[in-house]
Amino acid sequence: MSIRTDNKPAETVERTPLVARLPGRLSQFSWVDAAVAAAVLVILYVVLRVGHGTTVAFNTHQNVRVDTDPTQLPYDAARSLLRMFAALTLSIAFTFCYAYAAAKSRRLERILIPTLDILQSVPVLGFLTVAVTGFIALFPGSMLGLECASIFAIFTSQAWNMTFGFYSSLTSLPRELDELSRSFGFTRWMRFWKVEVPAGMIGLVWNGMMSFGGGWFFLVASEAISVNNQQYALPGVGSYAGAAIADGDLGKVGWAILTMAVMVIGVNFLFWRPLTAWAEKFKNEQSEASEVQRSFVLDFLRRSHWPRLLGRVLRPAGRALSTAGRVFGRDDRPLVVDRTRQRTGDIVFTAVAGGLILWGLIDLGHYLYDRTGLGVFGEPLLLGLATLARVVVLVALATVVWVPIGVKIGFSPRLTRIAQPVVQVLASFPANFLFPLAVWFFLRTGVSINIGGTLLMALGAQWYILFNTIAGAMAIPSDLREAMDDLGVSGWQRWRRLIIPGIFPSYVTGGITASGGAWNASIVSEVVTFGGTTLTATGLGAYIAKATESGDYPHLIAGVAVMSLYVVGLNRLLWRRLYRLAEARYSL
Amino acid sequence: MVLNALRHLRADRQARAGLAHLTADRPRRPADGELLLESVGLTKSYAGADGELPVLSGIDLQIRAGEVVALLGKSGSGKSTLLRCLAGLVPASSGRVAYRGSPLTGANPGTAMVFQTFALLPWLTVQQNVELGLEAKGVPAAERTDAARQAIDLIGLDGFESAYPKELSGGMRQRVGFARALVVEPDVLMMDEPFSALDVLTAENLRGELMELWESGQFPTRAIVLVTHNIEEAVLMADRIVVLGARPYGTIREVFEVGLERPRDRNSPAFEDLIDRVYRTMTGRQKEGRVPGRHEALELEKRTPANTPLPPASVDGLSGLAEMVLDRGGRCDLADLADELGLEVDDLLPQVDALDLLGFTTLSGDDLLLTDTGTAFAGADVQESKKIFAEAVQHAPLVTLITKSLRNNSGGTRRAGFFRDLLAHHFTDEQVTRQLETATDWGRYAELYSYDAEPQEYHLDENDDTRLAVTAAGQG
Repeated sequence: MSIRTDNKPAETVERTPLVARLPGRLSQFSWVDAAVAAAVLVILYVVLRVGHGTTVAFNTHQNVRVDTDPTQLPYDAARSLLRMFAALTLSIAFTFCYAYAAAKSRRLERILIPTLDILQSVPVLGFLTVAVTGFIALFPGSMLGLECASIFAIFTSQAWNMTFGFYSSLTSLPRELDELSRSFGFTRWMRFWKVEVPAGMIGLVWNGMMSFGGGWFFLVASEAISVNNQQYALPGVGSYAGAAIADGDLGKVGWAILTMAVMVIGVNFLFWRPLTAWAEKFKNEQSEASEVQRSFVLDFLRRSHWPRLLGRVLRPAGRALSTAGRVFGRDDRPLVVDRTRQRTGDIVFTAVAGGLILWGLIDLGHYLYDRTGLGVFGEPLLLGLATLARVVVLVALATVVWVPIGVKIGFSPRLTRIAQPVVQVLASFPANFLFPLAVWFFLRTGVSINIGGTLLMALGAQWYILFNTIAGAMAIPSDLREAMDDLGVSGWQRWRRLIIPGIFPSYVTGGITASGGAWNASIVSEVVTFGGTTLTATGLGAYIAKATESGDYPHLIAGVAVMSLYVVGLNRLLWRRLYRLAEARYSL
Repeated sequence: MVLNALRHLRADRQARAGLAHLTADRPRRPADGELLLESVGLTKSYAGADGELPVLSGIDLQIRAGEVVALLGKSGSGKSTLLRCLAGLVPASSGRVAYRGSPLTGANPGTAMVFQTFALLPWLTVQQNVELGLEAKGVPAAERTDAARQAIDLIGLDGFESAYPKELSGGMRQRVGFARALVVEPDVLMMDEPFSALDVLTAENLRGELMELWESGQFPTRAIVLVTHNIEEAVLMADRIVVLGARPYGTIREVFEVGLERPRDRNSPAFEDLIDRVYRTMTGRQKEGRVPGRHEALELEKRTPANTPLPPASVDGLSGLAEMVLDRGGRCDLADLADELGLEVDDLLPQVDALDLLGFTTLSGDDLLLTDTGTAFAGADVQESKKIFAEAVQHAPLVTLITKSLRNNSGGTRRAGFFRDLLAHHFTDEQVTRQLETATDWGRYAELYSYDAEPQEYHLDENDDTRLAVTAAGQG
C-alpha cells in the first residue's frame, strides 16, 4: 500500500520545501492529531500483543479446551479480527497477481478465468479439511498451522469475487486511458499503480467490503472445527461461541453474539466507511457527484495533519519503488507480431496445459476407483436434490417476504437512510452464530431439521435479496413513479409495469448471491449441534460435513464436486439467463 | 479570457526560455522542412465477416517540421485511426510508418497525444497529471516539478496546480491536456479533435491561444497533426489540409495547401473561398454541372446497400431540417443556417445527406434546395408525411433490401443477424450497427416493418395499404 502514498487523500502539492514548513506545522498540532496518533499506537500494540499468540506451541493430541470466561472475549475478538485482516491482505495480493496475469496474458487468461469461475462455485467449507491437515503438516507443533488454515478458509471466501471484479476493470479500462499510457510511454509499473489500480479502486473497495462481510461466516466456521475425528480450536469469537454452545450456556452465547455485533459494526464504521468515502476520488467522472459517500472517521483523519505528513515521509520511498519498478519495462504493444511464432507458442501451451489437466483427471479417477469405485458420485447426486429443493424454497420465500419490504424501503429516502446500514450489518453478521438459538427453538417446538435447515440457510442468505431490492427500488427514477401516479397506475398493474421490471436487474444480482450463499451454508446448517444434541438433515451439505469430520477424502471429493456441479448448473441454467435478460431488457 | 491569457503569454516569455534550456541535452531540434513522420502505402483494415474490411487504404502522408497538418473528414473516414497509426498506437495492416526514417515498432517516441475527451487521470492533481510523461521518461522528481510548472504557466493554468480535474471547466481541462503533451517536448503534437468537446466560445479562445503560441516560435514541438471534422477549424489552423473520404473507404480525397497569413481573417474572401472548396470536396460534389434529375434515375438502380450507406440521421432530425428549409422559402445557404442554429456546418451533414438520398433536397453550390416531394414532405401533417416518406424511402437501398427480403420470407420475419451478415461484407461492426439503427428508424416511421429488440427480429408491418403502396413503388 505504501506505493500509493502519492495519492494520499488529503495530500496537496506543496510548493515550499519540507524544512521550511515543519516548525509551523508542528505548532498547529491539535487534539485531532493527538487522538489519531494515540489510536495508531493502540492498534500497533494490540497487533503485537495478539499476534504473539499465533505462534504458541500446540500439540495435535492435546485436548482443546476453550476458556469461556467472558473477560476472555476482547482478546478473542482481537485474534479473530487479526485473522480477518490477514485474509483480506492476502486476498488483495492474490487479486493483483491473478487478475493481472489473466488480463495481460492471452494464453493464461484462457485457463485462469474458467478456473476462477469454478472456484467461485466450489463450497469453501469443503476445502477446510484439506487446508487444516495441510497447514498443520506445514507448521508442526505450532498454532500457526491452524491459524493459516483459518485464514485460508476466509481467504477462499473473499478472493474470487475481488479478483473477478479487478480483472474486469483491467480488461475494460477506458480506451483513452490505455492510449494515454502508451502514448506517453508509461512504464508497466506506472501504468499499474497510476492508471489501472486507481481505475479499479472503487470496485476493489466495494467488492472487498462485501467479501469481508461474507468472510465473518467462514471465520466462525473455521475457528472451531473437527477434522479427521480430531477437535481443533483457535482462540477467537467463533470458537468461544462454539464452546458456549457445547456447554449449552445461552448467556455466554449471548455475550459472544454481542461481541460479534460490536466487531461487525466497528469494522464497518472505522474501516470500510472511511475507505468507501476515500474511494470517491477515484470516480472517473468529470463532474462533482451529487451524492457522495461520507465518513466521519475519514473527515476526522483528514482534519489531522498525519496523512499529509505521512505522505511526505513516504514519498521518497514511493519514488524509489517507482524507479525500481522501471525494471518491468515500458508499457507498449509491439506493432508487428510474428504469427507463426505465436501459433507455435499457442500449440505448445495448449498441449502442456491440456496434458497436465488430463493427467490430473486420470489420477483422480484412479484414486476414487481404487477406494470406493466411481459409484461414489451417485449418493451425493441424489442428496443434492434435497438441498436444491431447500435452496429453491429459500429463494422463493425470501423473495415473497423481502421484495415488498425492500421496495417500500427503497421508495422512501428516509427509511433507506435508516435501513440500509442496518441491513448491511445484518448481511455481514455471520448467521452460523445464531444457529444454536435456532436449534434450541427447534428442539423446543419439535420442528424437523429437514425443514428447519432451510430456515438456517435463510438466516444468512435472505439479506442479499433485501439489500439488492432496496438498491433496485432506489434506482427507479422518481419521475417514472410520478408518471405512474399521474396515470393512476396502482396495485398489481403498478408492480407488473414498473416495480418488477425496475428492480429486476438488482434482484437477479441478489438472487445469485443468495443462492450461492445458501449452498455454502448448507454444509453447516444441515448438521447442527446444541448442548450435546445433534440434528442431521438429509442433504448434500450434511453429506459433506460428515465426510469432513471423519476425514473420508473420496466421499468429500465426490460431495464437493457434485455440489459445485449443482451450483454451476443452477447459475448457467437459471441465473445467468435472467441476468442477460435483465441487462438486455430491464436496465434503466 | 483571451486578454488574460495573452497577458500570461507575455509574462511567461522567461518561463519559456527556461523550458528551452531543458531541451539542451535532447537530440538536435529539427530544422523547418525536415521530414519527421511519414506513412507510405498505409492500409488499415479490421476483421469483418468475410476477410478484412479496410478503413484506410493507400495513405501516403508526410509530416515535416514547422507545419500544422489537419486531417479532415466526416465520421467513419478513418481520420482518427490514421492519427493512431502515426502515433504507433494501432498497427498498420500493410505499408509502413516511419519516424525520422526508422519504422515504428511500438508507440511513437516522437509524438504526444491530446485527446478529445481529455483523458486526464481524475485521481491526480493538475501538476501530477502534467508530470506523468516526464515521470515515464525517468526524469528526477525535482526537475520534472520545475518543467511541469513551466508548462503549466505557459498554457495559462497558473494557480491551478493543486486542483483536481473535476474541479475544472472543460476548457481548463483541455489546457491540462495540452500542458501534459507539451512538457515532454515531442517532435510532433498529435491532436485528436481537441476542441470538439468544448463549447463554441471556449474552443475559439483555446484555438486562438494555441496558434498564438505556435506563431511565437517558442512552441515546444516542431509540428502539429490535428484531426478534426470541423472545416473552419482546419482552415483556421492548418498549413495543409488532408481531406479523407468515407466512400469507398478511407483514402486521401484531396490535399489543400493553405497559404493564408496568420492570424487568419475569417471574413476575407480567400478564407471563405477555401472553406467553400473544402466543403465541396467533403460532400463529394466537386464535379461541376451535374444535373440532379437525370442522373438520379440511372443512379437509383445502381444503388446498393454497399455503395450507398445510410447516413446516421433520424427521421425527426431530417424532417426538422426540411421544415427549416421550407420556412426559409425552400432554399437556404447551409453555412448560414448552421450559424443561426449555433452549429458547425458538418454537424448538419448527416441530415443533409439523408434528405439528398431520399430525394427531398438537392444541393446547388452551397444552397440546400427543397424538391417538390421535399416541399410536400416538409409541409405535410404526420399521417401525410408518413406516406410521402414511405415512397421516398425506396431510395434507401438498405430499407428496400429489408422490405423485400421480409416479403420473400414466409411469415414476414427475419432475424437482424441476417442483415447484419449481409452488411458485414462491406462495413465494420460499428458501421453495421449504426446503419441498421437508421434503417430501423426509417422503416418504422414509414410503417414498412417493425423491429423487436428482444428476439432481434424484423417483422413486415401488417398494414395492408402501405404494403401495397410499397410493392407498387418497389417494382415500378
